[in-house]
Amino acid sequence: MRYVDEFREPELISQTSEEIRRLADPGRHYRFMEVCGGHTHAIYRFGLKDLLPPNIELVHGPGCPVCVLPMGRIDDGLSMVAGEGVIFSAFGDMMRVPGTHGSPLEHKARGADIRIVYSPADALKLARANPGRHVMFFAIGFETTAPSTALTLIRAKAEGIRNFSVFCNHVTIIPAIRAILDSPDMRIDAFIGPGHVSTVIGCRPYEWIARHEGKPIVVSGFEPLDVLQSVVMILRQMQRGEARVENQYRRVVPWDGNRAALKVMAEVFTLRSYFEWRGMGFISQSALALNDEYSDWDAEKHFSIPGIRVTDPKAAQCGEVLKGVLKPAQCKLFGNECTPERPVGALMVSSEGSCAAYYQYEHRKSQLVSIPA
Amino acid sequence: MVVASPRIRFRDAQIEMAHGAGGTASRRLIEGLFAPLLFDSSTEPLGDSAHISINGTRLAITADSFVVSPLRFPGGSIGELAVNGTVNDLAVSGARAEALVVTYVLEAGLPTEILEAEVRAMGRAAHAAGVTIAGGDTKVVEHGKADRMYITTAGVGRLIPGLQCSARSARPGDAILLSGPIGDHGITILLARGELDLEADLSSDTRPVIGLVEALAEAAGPGVRWMRDPTRGGVATALNEFARDCGLGVFLCEERVPVRDAVRGACELLGLDPLHIANEGQFLAVVAPEYADAALDALQRTPGGREARVIGEVRAQPACAVLVSTSYGGTRIVDMLVGDPLPRIC
Amino acid sequence: MCLAIPGMIVSLAGDPAHSALVEVVGVRRRVDISLVEPEGIGPGDWVLIHVGFAMSKIRQQDAEDQLRMLTALGETEAAMEEVRGYSTDDTDPPPREHPQPKGRSFP
Repeated sequence: MRYVDEFREPELISQTSEEIRRLADPGRHYRFMEVCGGHTHAIYRFGLKDLLPPNIELVHGPGCPVCVLPMGRIDDGLSMVAGEGVIFSAFGDMMRVPGTHGSPLEHKARGADIRIVYSPADALKLARANPGRHVMFFAIGFETTAPSTALTLIRAKAEGIRNFSVFCNHVTIIPAIRAILDSPDMRIDAFIGPGHVSTVIGCRPYEWIARHEGKPIVVSGFEPLDVLQSVVMILRQMQRGEARVENQYRRVVPWDGNRAALKVMAEVFTLRSYFEWRGMGFISQSALALNDEYSDWDAEKHFSIPGIRVTDPKAAQCGEVLKGVLKPAQCKLFGNECTPERPVGALMVSSEGSCAAYYQYEHRKSQLVSIPA
Repeated sequence: MVVASPRIRFRDAQIEMAHGAGGTASRRLIEGLFAPLLFDSSTEPLGDSAHISINGTRLAITADSFVVSPLRFPGGSIGELAVNGTVNDLAVSGARAEALVVTYVLEAGLPTEILEAEVRAMGRAAHAAGVTIAGGDTKVVEHGKADRMYITTAGVGRLIPGLQCSARSARPGDAILLSGPIGDHGITILLARGELDLEADLSSDTRPVIGLVEALAEAAGPGVRWMRDPTRGGVATALNEFARDCGLGVFLCEERVPVRDAVRGACELLGLDPLHIANEGQFLAVVAPEYADAALDALQRTPGGREARVIGEVRAQPACAVLVSTSYGGTRIVDMLVGDPLPRIC
Repeated sequence: MCLAIPGMIVSLAGDPAHSALVEVVGVRRRVDISLVEPEGIGPGDWVLIHVGFAMSKIRQQDAEDQLRMLTALGETEAAMEEVRGYSTDDTDPPPREHPQPKGRSFP
């Protein structure tokens, strides 16, 4: 099996697409939220919207860790590199996110030592290779990525590597979903659950969504067949009046999650009592920080950071778009002041941010004269 | 059908890496700063080479600079890139390169053996491409002021008879041909930098394409509307420029675009799109439908052209854009590259 | 956060500890396997890779089951079409307005 090609099979995709048409009640308008930015991206990249009937609306949720990071935190991270000898390392996704005085790439153009890494382990490698310099790793991501940061810190401690620190901006998915459901302007019928976060946390943490909120949630993979099949599973539940947690991504997601991953996270992290999510305000117990055992590797303790809250320009409606209340095109700045080339908010920078995806795939299409079927 | 480019003004306060990446930022810099100040108020769209007339003789002339790091990589080195890049720029503008002049900017401290290796590579590449290196210049700058070496080449060539290429001659229904698999060069360089800790059996595709272009000209000359070598910014950028220049649309069939497995794998891992990755040994050709079969046949029969494919067609709509279809009916717009292709984890 | 790719374990590496050489469509990378080692892991196994770490073992059985079920979906659909064909009921579903998924060639 090749695991990617098989789940992109055209025959199966058109059959699943047909099944969706069969199941969807033509008199009803469905709103399914896909929480994870990776799903947003996959849906656009594979043109999946073209394969769904018009009465099924996919709403993008706040599962983009770059998008929900407040600008103030980016400024904090960049302030650390102002010192001599500090190497700022981060994933490629962070490089173009605008801070108050420019993005990391722009800082690099002005002489700061900013490096792209593919893995936190590569950041630690940098520290080993540059004993005279301090390497700071700007950690972002949901529970998918947190265990890797944790393992890296465990290694750093075990090897006694002192010239390494982590600026921890890991956030957790459940509080975000809760915030969506608590929001008065929301009307979501069901959720397409985050596939890769679930490899770590499993499917149990979503049970309250089905039980207490009465919404079906299907944990889904990212290939076109996965997403379409998850829609089938949701429609079947709704047809039968059910609300359950289902695991479409069984080949990869264990129902109980990954114990080893949860263990290393518990060893290294502690829950912050609250954390600011861009556009969503402060959410309690929604983010991770390094615990006392690892304070020597905590960038927030190693550096003194401005910690200034930066509010988004009034006209930027990142928050509403993040929560799915507004479509990207409804934000006043969309396509004018805020474009992928000159982004105002992170949703336009991150490749899985709704605005960037929408701009690239939908907006451009809608600007053009009719596209032949 | 001509669409005039909107007047672009270059407003950026400083030059960023993105301005050299070959995508939208590069375009803005060239059209918004260089063109208004340097180029004639010509109505011709900017191409890879210029065709000039000297006392009635028409010649093609082009220049290019090479700033690659690392200098050596699987499949080639900066020396080869410098020769092939210029030969190809001329080739896709419908000219056979006759002579190059080369300038080197060298960083003090550069070991002589490295310089010698590049000069030899350049000599070999020139010989293979049938082009003379007629002269050049060298400068040395202080340590730290150049990334080991920068090479600039300027080339001059004769026009290939029978070819009259201009984006504006394109018509809906024209076929879009690609000479071979894409992404090899850009991914090879990315991996050769060693920052990403990936290994693959990949090498740069750097080579002169003049042989293929001449075969195409012979078989389908009157039908060849436009050609371009998709270097930085990849196929997506080149075709977007074409679409803009002719005011028509490009429709690509994703599964027809040849991509090697290793390139696909690296792009999957890094979250990159092969359509945006640089190539140094391929070219695109837009060919009138009545000549398309002969064109493809000629390419496939020529050494190095076996993997040539028809990857799409020109359409009236969507005007000035590139639409890509997936194998199951979905479509997406592919834009020019914005900035450098950055690996992503999300 | 979401970009995770399936890869096959080519060999277990000794150095650094807890790592393996993994191949993804012809590209090889050293990947940390600490998070999947407890399940038991060896050459030939498929894992899901995210930021250089193997997050989960891919259960071939589940993948095959899923594909089989999806294929059966197509068969079920065909069977139902046949059944509908025999019906003399006037309440057949209205003809589909949506364009059919495109075939592989472009006109």
